[in-house]
Amino acid sequence: MSEFLAMGGYAWYVWMSYGAVALALIVETVVVRARRKRALKELRMMTPSTPVGRMRGAR
Amino acid sequence: MLINWYRFSSPVSFYPLASIGAHVFGIFAALLAGAGLFVALYVAPTDATQGDAYRIIYVHVPAAWMAMFIYLVMAGWSAAALGFNARLSAMMAQALAPTGAIMAALALWTGAFWGRPTWGTYWAWDARMTSTLILLFLYLGVLALRNAIEDPRRADRACALLTLVGAVNVPIIYFSVQWWNTLHQGSSISFTVAPKMAATMVAGILIMTAAAWCYTIAVALARVQAIIVERERGATWLESLIDLRQRGIGRSPA
Repeated sequence: MSEFLAMGGYAWYVWMSYGAVALALIVETVVVRARRKRALKELRMMTPSTPVGRMRGAR
Repeated sequence: MLINWYRFSSPVSFYPLASIGAHVFGIFAALLAGAGLFVALYVAPTDATQGDAYRIIYVHVPAAWMAMFIYLVMAGWSAAALGFNARLSAMMAQALAPTGAIMAALALWTGAFWGRPTWGTYWAWDARMTSTLILLFLYLGVLALRNAIEDPRRADRACALLTLVGAVNVPIIYFSVQWWNTLHQGSSISFTVAPKMAATMVAGILIMTAAAWCYTIAVALARVQAIIVERERGATWLESLIDLRQRGIGRSPA
């Protein structure tokens, strides 16, 4: 395992690359989901008529 | 099959489709990334000259390809948005820009960490590296322009125009390694010449690229859902969206 992590002496370069990619994609996914959730929440607050209650019930 | 595809050019019809697509492509992306990482870090042999530093290729090449492909797709949607004055096309272009910027930044970042052990430098003003940096600035420029214009329809047109003008940079990036005598190496994988790499290495790159495609489609569709709701709320069709959600269609993936 430690041999795997050492990457033949190139650990810094390999893991800085893979780490940055993983971090960027995870952060982007979280941010996009939060944005979609917020948009739908604001939509529910903007439409205070019957559909809101139905939608809330649907969730 | 009699499917009226024009139906999907309106945001209302597209929303549930985007929801399903985001879910399905997200699952594909996760599975392919798992398989790709297994090949990249475990199955593929160590390179004879570069040692394990070469393994950066499995994230660098997909990121660099996606940075270029996303720009071309974004330019295509922009052309459609200008030509047909189509709202949804502009929204798709808008949804792709942040992911394109991330891919361009990752291509530069991973390239730097690959360049250091192999070329002895994190950065050089090499033709391909410089043109990729310009690509990142184009993405950032489109995003900044979008934020600077209040009216979304005017922002659509301005961003589409900037995107189309900047598209000239993509072939420059692609052919830079042929046109100039650069530090950056030539194409790793060619469609015309048999690969010079081991089959597992080529397979690893292709699987990781497929994962990057699926990820991009999934995240862009999820973002376009948010954009549709942000821009179209107040429109009457949202009532029908609520009806769709009621029936379990278009439910945002958990």
